[in-house]
Amino acid sequence: MMAAPRTLYEKIWDDHVIRSRDDGIDLIWIDRHLVHEVSSPQAFESLRMAGRNVRRGDLTLAIADHNVPTENRHLPIADVHSAKQVALLEQNAAEFGIGHLGMTHPDQGIVHVVGPERGFTLPGLTLVCGDSHTATHGALGALAFGIGTSEIEHVLATQSLWLRRSKTLRVELTGTLAPGVSAKDIALALIGLIGANGGTGHVIEFVGPAVARLSVEARMTLCNMAIEAGARSGLIAPDDVTIAYVASRPEAPTGESWHKAVAYWRSLASDPGCHYDRSVAIDVGSLAPIVSWGVSPEQVIPIDGCIPDVDNLDDPSDAEAARRALDYMALRPDAPIEGLPIENVFIGSCTNSRIEDLRAAAQIAEGRKVAANVRQALVVPGSAAVRRQAEAEGLDRIFIEAGFSWREPGCSMCVGLNPDKVPPGERCASTSNRNFIGRQGPGARTHLLSPAMAAAAAVTGRLVDVRRMVN
Amino acid sequence: MRPFTTLTGIAIPLGQANIDTDIIMPARWLKHVTRSGLGIGAFEALRADPANIFDSPRNKGAPILIAGRNFGCGSSREHACWALADLGVRCIIAPDFADIFAGNAVKNGILLVELPEAAIAQLLRAAASEEITVDLHAQTVTSASVAPQSFNIDPFRRKCLLEGLDDIDLTLAEADYIDMFEAKRAETRPWAEIQARQ
Ligand code: SF4
Repeated sequence: MMAAPRTLYEKIWDDHVIRSRDDGIDLIWIDRHLVHEVSSPQAFESLRMAGRNVRRGDLTLAIADHNVPTENRHLPIADVHSAKQVALLEQNAAEFGIGHLGMTHPDQGIVHVVGPERGFTLPGLTLVCGDSHTATHGALGALAFGIGTSEIEHVLATQSLWLRRSKTLRVELTGTLAPGVSAKDIALALIGLIGANGGTGHVIEFVGPAVARLSVEARMTLCNMAIEAGARSGLIAPDDVTIAYVASRPEAPTGESWHKAVAYWRSLASDPGCHYDRSVAIDVGSLAPIVSWGVSPEQVIPIDGCIPDVDNLDDPSDAEAARRALDYMALRPDAPIEGLPIENVFIGSCTNSRIEDLRAAAQIAEGRKVAANVRQALVVPGSAAVRRQAEAEGLDRIFIEAGFSWREPGCSMCVGLNPDKVPPGERCASTSNRNFIGRQGPGARTHLLSPAMAAAAAVTGRLVDVRRMVN
Repeated sequence: MRPFTTLTGIAIPLGQANIDTDIIMPARWLKHVTRSGLGIGAFEALRADPANIFDSPRNKGAPILIAGRNFGCGSSREHACWALADLGVRCIIAPDFADIFAGNAVKNGILLVELPEAAIAQLLRAAASEEITVDLHAQTVTSASVAPQSFNIDPFRRKCLLEGLDDIDLTLAEADYIDMFEAKRAETRPWAEIQARQ
C-alpha cells in the first residue's frame, strides 16, 4: 500500500515524534536551540532552583543580540540592566555548558541571522528559540518556531516539547517580482490579505514558482514575517538553492554525512496530492512596494495607495482599531501615503539585515545623500559576518558617503532594548517587522517597508515609490 | 503552578483587537531577570491615562480581562504573562489568542477563554455592573444577565490548569522514550549532530 501523501510539515513532524499520547499531543524532539539574553534568564534560574541540568548543551547556542549597543563596542555597556543581561547570558552558558557568542565574538549577530549563516540551522531539523521570529529558519526547510521562557526551560532540561500538530496553510506565489519589489513586500501583502491572525494555529508553507526563484536570504525575510500573520512557523521545502546555501557553512555536515543529509533533505518536499487545511495564492508580479500605515502589520497599503477611509471599513472593530491607529500615527484618512516626511530610517533587524538586503539598499543610496530632514539613518548588519562581507564589497563606503551611520550587528532599532530608538512623535521608515505602538521607542511611529524603500526614504526624506529610482 | 477551577470576579472590559505583547509589556521591562514584580509595567502606555480602566477602584486587581481578537500577538515574551499574573489576572476572554501567548499563559496558570464576538460584546456590557463567573470544569462563562456561554479548550491545557501540573516533571518521567529516540536519531540522522564549532 502506498503511504498517504504528506506535507513537508508532516514529514518533519513525523520524524521528530518521541512519543504520541492518546489526547493528540506529541512529545517532539528538538534538534537545535538558540538562546538570547532577554528571554532566557528566568529559565536558567528555574533550572538552578530545581537542580536540573541541560540535557544537550551541544545542541544549544547562546548569543547576545537584543541589548547590545551598535556603536562603541569596545566600551562597557552603559545601561546597567542591559549589561547585566548580557553578562548573565555568558555566565549561564558557561555554567550549563552551552556554546556562547558574546558581544565581542567575531561571529556575533542576531540569533536568526547567525543560525543559518553558521550552518547551525539545517533543513529537516526542529529548531526553537525564545523569540517569535524563529520562524525565519523555516526558509531552509527547518521546522522552527518561537517559544516562551517556560518552554525554554523545558527544552534545556529535556531537549523536547509537548506539542499538538498545527494546521497547514499553503501560500502559493506565482509571477515575477517587478524591479524594486522584494520578499518584504510579498510578506506585507500576505499579512494585509489574511490579517495579523490569519495564520493563527497554522504553519505556513510557501510554494510555487516565485518561491523557487527567491534566494535563501529572501526566503528568510518571507518566513520571518509568518509570525506577523499569526503563524508560528513559515516553511519552504529545501531545494537546490537551499542545498547550495548550506554547503560549506562551518557547522554543516561534511563527507559521507553530507551526502546522507542531502538525500534526506530532497525527500522532504510536500507530496503531490497532500492535504492542506487552507490555501491562498498571490501573483507577486502584480505587487507594488508595500508600506504599513498603522500599528499592526496587517495595516498596509501599496506605496501608490491611500490611507483607508475608516468610516468605510465594514467591520466595526476594524474601524475602531483603524481610528486609534490613525490617531497614534498622526495620519489623515484617505490621504496618499507617498510623500509623507520621515525623520528616521532603520535598515536592519532579523527581517532585513542580510547581505542581499544591504546590497538592495546600497544600490539606491549610491551617489545620493541622506535628506536634510532625516535625523538618523542607521544601517545595522545582522551579523559580524554580514558586516565583513558588506565591507569587502564596499557597501559600507557607499552608505557612509551617503550620510548613513554604519553600525555593529544587533537588533538595534527594531526593539527598544538598546540605545537605538526612534524619538517620541517621530516617524521611522523601518525594515523591521513590527509597527506596534511604542515598539521602536515610546511614541515612535513606524512605517514598515523593504530595504530599497527604506533607502529611498532616507535619500528623499519621505516615503516614496522606489520603482522610480531603480533602473 | 496554582490550579484553576472556577473563578468569579470583576472583569476589566478592555475590548480592542490586536492587543500585542508590546502593549501588554513594553520592551524596557524585559530587562528584568526575574519573573516577579512586572505588573507595574503592564499596559504602561494605557495606564499613563489617570482615568484608565486598569487602575480604577473597581477594576484594580480584577482577575478577568475581556479583549478583542488576536490578543497577545507579537513577541514570545513570557514577561507578558508574568505581568498579567502579577496584576492579578487569572483569566482572559477574547475571540482568539496568538499561539505563543496561549502556550505561555497555561504555563502560568492563566486560563484563556475563546468566545465568539457576539458573546464578547454581551460580556463587555455586563462587565460594567456585574461579576463574571468562569467555570473550567463545566467550560462555561456566565453572569447575572448573560446566559452560560460554552467554550472549547484543548483537553491537555485544561488538565494542566485544573491540576496545576508542572510539565517538566511529566516529561522527565518519559526519559526512557527520549533516550531511545536520541539513540535512534544518532544512527539514522548522524548529520543532525553538530559537526564542529569554531
Ligand atoms: S531583530 Fe527585532 S524581531 Fe528580530 S530578534 Fe531582534 S528584536 Fe526580535
